[in-house]
Order: sequence, then C-alpha cells, then structure tokens
Amino acid sequence: MKNDYASVMARKGEIMKKAIGIDFSAFESGSIAFDYERMMKETGYTLAEMQSIQRQVHVGDTPILELRNLTALARKCAKPGYGARIFIKDEAANPSGSFKARRAANSVYHAKRLGFPGVVTATSGNYGAGVASQAAMAGLKCIVVQECYDSRGVGQPEIIEKARKCEALGAEVVQLSVGPELFYKFLLLLEETGFFNASLYTPFGIAGVETLGYEIAMQFRERLGKDPDVVICTNAGGGNLTGTARGLKKAGAESLVVGASVDLSGLHMASDDQFNRKSFTTGHTGFGVPFAVWPDRSDVPRSAARPLRYMDRYVTITQGDVFYITEALASLEGLEKGPAGNTSLAAAFAIAREMPEDQTIVVQETEYTGAGKHHQPQLTFARQNGIEVRFGDPAEEVPGRNIILPSHPSLIRAKDVDLDKLRRSLIRTAVQACKGVPTEEDMAFLAEETKTCREFVEKALQEKEEER
Amino acid sequence: MVKKGQWVQIHKVILKPGERAPQVPEDTAKVPLEMWCKGYLQQDGEPGQEVEIVTVTGRRETGTLLGENPCYRHDYGEFVPELLEISRQVRELTFGGDGK
Repeated sequence: MKNDYASVMARKGEIMKKAIGIDFSAFESGSIAFDYERMMKETGYTLAEMQSIQRQVHVGDTPILELRNLTALARKCAKPGYGARIFIKDEAANPSGSFKARRAANSVYHAKRLGFPGVVTATSGNYGAGVASQAAMAGLKCIVVQECYDSRGVGQPEIIEKARKCEALGAEVVQLSVGPELFYKFLLLLEETGFFNASLYTPFGIAGVETLGYEIAMQFRERLGKDPDVVICTNAGGGNLTGTARGLKKAGAESLVVGASVDLSGLHMASDDQFNRKSFTTGHTGFGVPFAVWPDRSDVPRSAARPLRYMDRYVTITQGDVFYITEALASLEGLEKGPAGNTSLAAAFAIAREMPEDQTIVVQETEYTGAGKHHQPQLTFARQNGIEVRFGDPAEEVPGRNIILPSHPSLIRAKDVDLDKLRRSLIRTAVQACKGVPTEEDMAFLAEETKTCREFVEKALQEKEEER
Repeated sequence: MVKKGQWVQIHKVILKPGERAPQVPEDTAKVPLEMWCKGYLQQDGEPGQEVEIVTVTGRRETGTLLGENPCYRHDYGEFVPELLEISRQVRELTFGGDGK
C-alpha cells in the first residue's frame, strides 16, 4: 500500500468509515442537503443518556460562578444603569480541566461500546487531554496527534503543556511540525492501529456538549428563576457553540447565543513562519470563520458542528483584551484560568456594558491553566518571537506584529462580524461544491444551515449570479 | 550509549519538502513535515542513529534517536511587568485607591 500524501488522502473515505462506524451516506440527499437532525438522532445519544454517561465519569454538573467584581468593573466602564451581571460556567472543574471532557466522554464511551481497542484524536487543544483522561478511565489506548513545532523546532508553550498533560494521563503523543498534513498522519495512525476516530465533530461528540447548555438553563432557573439573557461561547470549530445552543433549546431556553473569537485576521494558519507569531492556538478567527462557512472541512464527512444554525451574533476580541481580562479575573475574582477560555469572557465584559444592569450574561466555559498555558509564559513567548507587547488601544492591534494590552478596561470592545456575509458565503460555497442546480430540498436546507429564510438564500444566489 | 529498553524520544521526517500537501503556503512547502514521538528503545543506540521504538500504545516507529528520559521544561515565562500594572489598575478602579 502506498503511503504518499495523495494515496493516503484517496483512502480517506474508507479509513473514516471503519474508524467512526457511521455510514454518513445514509443521511445524504445526493446534492447539498443532508438530514442533520436525523443524523444527530440516529447516531447520537439522548440528553438523559448523555447525562448518565457523563456522571459516571465525573464530567459535567460544574458550578456557575457570578463574577461580582468583574461586573462592578464593567459597570464603571458603562453608562448609568448598564452593565449586565456576568457569570461563568466553571468547566475547568471537569476531570481534564475543560469542557472538552464532555465531548471526549461520549466519544470514548461510544468507542468502548463498539469494541475498539483504542482512540486516536488530532488536536493541539484541550480536547487531547479530554480524550486521554476519558480513555484512561475506560481502559482504552489513546493517541493524540498534535501540531506543535515550527521548522526551527520551537514549540508553542501552550501546546507543549497539553502534550505533557496527555502523556501524564497515559496517552501516546505524536508531535508534528506545522501543516495541514497532520490529517495525513492521523489517517495513517487510524489505518495502522484500527483505533476509533475520536473526532471533535461526530454527532456523539457534539451531543456531549448539549448537557452544558442544558445545565446552564437549569442552574439559572434554580438560582435566579429565569433563563440567562445571553450565553456566549468561544468559537473555533463550532462544536462548543452548536452543542451549547442545542442544549439550551432542549431546555426550552431562548437565550441569545453569541460566538466570540480572538481576531487573528491576516495570519495564515498553515504558515510555518507565522505559527509562533500568534498567542492563541484555538478559539480564534483562523478556525472560527472557515469552519462557520464550511463546516464539512473537518475530519469527518459531515460535521455535527454547524454554528451558523445557532449563532445570533458573532464578535471578535483582540489577544491583548483576553490577556487583560485573564489578569483581571485573577486579581478581582481570585480565579486563575487559562487565557484561551477567557476569549468569551473578554467579549462578555464588552457586551455586558451594552446591556441593562438587571440582565445576565453567561460565559459558558473556563479552562485550566499552568506552566506554558498561563498568560505570563504566553506573553513571554510572544516577546521572544519578536511580537511587541505594550499598553494602548487594542483597536490598533495587528495580529502577528503586536499585542496591545488595553490601557483602560473601557477600551475592551467586541467587534461585530457581519453574520449575513458569513451566511451568504456558506450558501455560495455549498452551491459551488455541489456543481448542480439546487433542489427545493437544498434551498430549505440552506435556510436552516444559515438560520435564515428561503428569500435570504435566493437573494444570496441571485447576487452571486449578478457578480459573474 | 543509550541502552535497549530505555524510554527515549525520536525524530523523523515524514514528508520531504517536495512531498507536502499541494495547498500548503510557500514557506511551509519549503520545509519538511517532521514528527517527534517517544517509546522504549528496541536496541542499544547512540543519539543521531536510526533506531526503532515501541510506544505506550504498542506501536513501532523508527527515527533518529534524540536522547533518553525526555522531559518537559516549559515554565511560567519571564516576569511581565504589565500584568502587575493591570492588577493594580483593576483593583483601584473596582475598589478605590489603596485597594480599599
């Protein structure tokens, strides 16, 4: 069997089918549309099943903390009567230190149920530790494939810490240099070991996050007698937002769902030169935007993470803003948490100031921190890689060149991403990829995919015609 | 000399510059795709030699021997004075001067 890049990629479908155990073609229409809800229903788990699976492995039921001092600070930076109450769901309390334990719990449970001897996952993020932790409990073998070093052999400290954690939890860590061929090595490992593909994007992985949204609604009702007005999710591949929003819906909550990503515009995610010029390895626009407009770029044929179906608003925040808020969280609330998870907290700090005092906003995750992951090593690493770090107006931050820490917290602003533009982009990309004329079913599907209506889809396609 | 059975780290080029994915940017296309992994050394060897290892999941990999007992040295970085400044600023804004 040939193992060059093209030959391995050509075997992708066959390798995937064996390694996930889902025949995705059963949900396909043959053109653009596929039956997303049926896929989630037939291959996922019910909410009650997931709660029971997760409780068995100490996942979920994490506390919600009200950040009273951070709220007080936000009010000092808002007009009178404004500054919503800010809450966080302390997902760092999960066994592996992040909400990713929820996705991992279901994937590993499913792998074990199907009789796989082990699991493989391709991630440089907290999901690796989540899978390693769950595999340890289940007695399954675990391989985590990471993109870690640039061609100088310099590793991102946050990713190195994640490698350490995965190994500490018994996993084998395969570290790679920069490039999308991580997926190539991942396929080879699946083929070689016959292990389960513990992808972030399978129906069971995403369904695992539904418990998070559901818990938020239930905890809020118990504590405040109402649902949160806004729930904000750090957005990268879209699974966090999708799962949380689905869970909120299952609880009957009508909270506004906001996505937040760190603005890394201008940096190429597969660039060796630029790899170590960014201080965030996930939760940024480099994943957030492409995965929103084309969810099926992931490591499964049909991704269960489809954020544009659920997103009411999408904002970006700067690296400097997130570092500032991370320090504020430690100084005002006595909570040391990893910076990446604070992306949505920084955005919440800005959005809370637009909302009246009696409203509430929930940041739906925190993540563990430690050597390499903490904001101090991150800023040190940035300086070592030639990034200027200084105080000023974060609006002037240029990703890859500088990190501007706000000289005053009132300068922390959430910048709106034009959601309609992303929606149009999804519609056009889908139609282009299918190459035929969209059917009635396709049009309805695209409206669902973008949380819009048939008229919106028609207009987007008309505009495309006119551009030609 | 590293003894057979020792816990070691190896390095391997898995795609040479000409073999990389067609979509990678120019700077990435110029360099190889490299891999680092760890396992039990299968025969005595010197650093720099081609060796075989067996990983914790029981996989066999070959590559250049880097060394034995690899460890982590990532840390909390250098002191970043700006963080102290932020800490002081948010306390003052929230609780008033002198941290009252």
